Amino acid sequence: MKRFILQRLGLAVITVFLVCVIVFFLTHILPGDVARQYLGRGATEDDLRDFRRLFDLDKPLLTQLFSWINDLIHFDLGQSMQYRGPVSELLGPAIGYSSKLAAVAFLIIVPLSIAGGVLAAVNRGKKIDRAITVGGLSAAVIPEFVWAIILVLLFGVTFEIFPVTAFPGKGDKTVLNQIWHLVLPSISLLLVLFGYIARITRAGVIEALDSDYMRTAVLKGLTRRKAVIKHVLRNALLPTIAVIASQVPYLIGGLIAVEIVFNYPGFGTILKGAVDARDYSVLQAGVVVSSLVIVSFQLIADILFAVLNPRIRQKISE
Amino acid sequence: MSDAPALEFRDLEVAYTVRGIDREVLRKVSFSIAPGEAYGLVGESGCGKSTAAFAAMRYLPRNGKITSGSILFEGQDIVGMSTSDINTLRRSAISMVYQNPATALNPTIRIGDQVAEVFALQGLSKSDALAKVEQALIKVQIADPTKVMRRYAHQLSGGMAQRVVIAMALASNPRLLVMDEPTTGLDATVEAEVLDLVRKLRKESGTAVLFISHNLGVIRHMCDRVGVLYAGALVEQGATEDIFSNPSHPYTVGLLRCIPRGGLHKNTDRLDTIPGTPPALGTHFDGCVFADRCALVEDKCRTTQPEMVTVGQSHVARCFHTDKAGSMPRAIDTVSVSVSQNPNRATTGTRLLDIDHLSKAFTQDGHAVHVVNDVSLQVGVGETLGLVGESGAGKTTIAKLILGLYGSDSGSHVVLDGKDLAGTLNKRDIKDVGAMQIVFQNPDQALNRRHSVTRIVGRAVQKLRGLSADDSTDRAHELLSGMRVEATLHSARPVQLSGGLKQRVAISRAFAGAPQLVVCDEPTSALDVSVQATILNLLVDLQKQDGTSFIFISHDLGVVRYISDKIAVLYLGRVVEFGDSNRVFQGPHHPYTEALLSSVPNIDGSVRKRIPLTGVIPSPSNPPSGCVLHPRCPRMAGSGVEHLCTSVEPALTEVEPGHFMRCHIPLDQLRTVQTQ
Repeated sequence: MKRFILQRLGLAVITVFLVCVIVFFLTHILPGDVARQYLGRGATEDDLRDFRRLFDLDKPLLTQLFSWINDLIHFDLGQSMQYRGPVSELLGPAIGYSSKLAAVAFLIIVPLSIAGGVLAAVNRGKKIDRAITVGGLSAAVIPEFVWAIILVLLFGVTFEIFPVTAFPGKGDKTVLNQIWHLVLPSISLLLVLFGYIARITRAGVIEALDSDYMRTAVLKGLTRRKAVIKHVLRNALLPTIAVIASQVPYLIGGLIAVEIVFNYPGFGTILKGAVDARDYSVLQAGVVVSSLVIVSFQLIADILFAVLNPRIRQKISE
Repeated sequence: MSDAPALEFRDLEVAYTVRGIDREVLRKVSFSIAPGEAYGLVGESGCGKSTAAFAAMRYLPRNGKITSGSILFEGQDIVGMSTSDINTLRRSAISMVYQNPATALNPTIRIGDQVAEVFALQGLSKSDALAKVEQALIKVQIADPTKVMRRYAHQLSGGMAQRVVIAMALASNPRLLVMDEPTTGLDATVEAEVLDLVRKLRKESGTAVLFISHNLGVIRHMCDRVGVLYAGALVEQGATEDIFSNPSHPYTVGLLRCIPRGGLHKNTDRLDTIPGTPPALGTHFDGCVFADRCALVEDKCRTTQPEMVTVGQSHVARCFHTDKAGSMPRAIDTVSVSVSQNPNRATTGTRLLDIDHLSKAFTQDGHAVHVVNDVSLQVGVGETLGLVGESGAGKTTIAKLILGLYGSDSGSHVVLDGKDLAGTLNKRDIKDVGAMQIVFQNPDQALNRRHSVTRIVGRAVQKLRGLSADDSTDRAHELLSGMRVEATLHSARPVQLSGGLKQRVAISRAFAGAPQLVVCDEPTSALDVSVQATILNLLVDLQKQDGTSFIFISHDLGVVRYISDKIAVLYLGRVVEFGDSNRVFQGPHHPYTEALLSSVPNIDGSVRKRIPLTGVIPSPSNPPSGCVLHPRCPRMAGSGVEHLCTSVEPALTEVEPGHFMRCHIPLDQLRTVQTQ
């Protein structure tokens, strides 16, 4: 097991490293002189040279790459071109905000989607099943930013139940109020992810319901409810875990769009600002951070999958 | 309450709803099982056996329902019972043992916890329940219960898994035990052990048993009374002895006749078949359900449903001709094969295939595992070599090595018709590939379901013979017709065919390249006995006509005996006995062969003392010292050569002309102990 985890960890490190290299070259092959773009036509040669020196742009490309990666390893994300301050000071709080939104969204999406999937499966073919499957699928075809706007208009403007922004701003900063502000953005993400996760859960649960061991459990005299809880869920949720983990990249993409709509000072808003301002150092750091998040979730999913499945666990320990 | 039968079916009708239409699966089935009695239900697949078994548990598939009649457990009707009452019964009075024990156990819960659940349902605390599990596992003769309790289902062998399922079923001290094909898919020796165990436990507990099996031999050994099901109707019922000695329904007679029983051989006897095919699910009958396939059919049979007729003491049959059934004319399918392609074959008996020092080691975790160990065998032209042995003995691996699907280790030779073949398939030229072909156990998986029957066979012809597309299609049609796959079915896809027809297509494919040798890997194991008989007849016809040789792998010793000229008995990748079919079966046997033969429950009812093989098959990665059989050998103790058995591996020696054995015990000594 230890070997398996180390092996996966090694793979994760390699993945992140490759992402760094690719991101670096992608941002550096963009045409145009970065310094000139930033400083404008009026900049003198001295200004340009200073700017280039500040951001190491005068060094050879490979040297730039290695010093950048070296800095990353030492948790130095570099200097923002736009704000002339450390990127970490910019990204740090933003990541904090985004994590809050992601956590609230995750806590709403995962239990609800799994519950929906289980409910659909145990009521296979009935109205409730059709409502969940068809409803989930229909909701998923509308992008999250459209949902976000619809939700804001409906529950924020027309009915005024929820706040129209995701950030309390200067207002009440209690945890409850913060969460209250995050509900609407989370729901717009939920609407898109629900159908997918619920479907996978439903398929897994149905397979387990039709299994011989479920029949054994029922014929032992267990009530259906107990049999489902004890014998079906564990086996059925295995594939679901992998699916949820695979949706993390999507969740990050969705966060960016939703944050912008709800005017939330998170990771996505910063990243979008960096794109608009061609702030390459922020952009690079942002992509690396998000790849780290994605890879870690995949790693967690792999390990969980192995821990829950004795068959894989045994193979690993052999 | 004590007088009431343990289980009674009264005019039970069950239907499955398929595409909105109710299709009858059980037709007014009535029988009863006395407390402590073992009642067997036999019949071919699709006759409703399993439906009856699950109905007794009141557990039907989602589309199944009881349309009329009643099921009484100790006098209580369970059809209309509330869910909580039926749960109480399942917890305390009725249990079930399933056909496939490996999937019947939950893959993610430890064995101990799964068995403990049954005790917990009776209200025991978790620790008390776990303590009881240990006793329960000891009761089903699991030697190391604490170790097994910590395992997961996939870590158990088939026999072990079935013991666990039986332990689970008996944990509630049931008064009725429903066993649905409990030993199907297990090795003969394991099957014998499980059956012995069930018989012993039944004697101790006095539990009534509803025993479902397609295997007449097993039924004969396990049951007090038998019911024969055909197309969902009970056609005959009586005491086991009466059913087997005086079968009175033409279907029962036919079933018994098509089994290759001891002594029959392809050179002297052609197997009986039951003409036609079983009716589709839910077919409506005005008259007798069996009329379409019956040799004694009259007009009356097609219009009037026969009643149960008493033919002996509590022996009844649903037929107008019970008196004539026993002596009804034999149903022998006609020889119609005409796929001849090699008129100039050498005469029968000349050496065709020479397997010389065939070995194969797989690497597992850096260790070499010798799966096949120095196997040397010969097959003559027009001969059949039977390969027998428990699973894991290396039968299929040997077949794959011969065919070049695996590469064999250096020093191994496969010589076909004087030509030393390359080790792997891709190095052999196409003619050699066509010359040796295979028929697999499961035609469902072996045939491409997206291709038509013609295309499946035509492609093989095209590849192996280098014919044009048109010519190969013509040839494919010839082959298929020769195998009696009707022209109307040539454009069908495999899913539209019955199991027997699918296997005919698979055989046609194997014969596409005019093979000299065909490996048949359990070709009839997935088929019903009546279909098995037609397939075996077909293979024999092909052999007689073309001089094709076969290597025939089967766990069914009756089938192997019928079709084989020579037999090789394998144990742990080694040939332990090799010789003429008759010799090997009549003995004196190798101790392993003896144990194997004695474990088969045969249908002629002769009670043979079972020579048990104790312990489990050792892993080929760590074979025992000396003779690999010695830890399990039934004849080593008292043989006087124990010191040799445990230290020196015996060589395969010719103990009498044409009879080879790998054993230290002298032949005469074996003969003496085996005839006692």
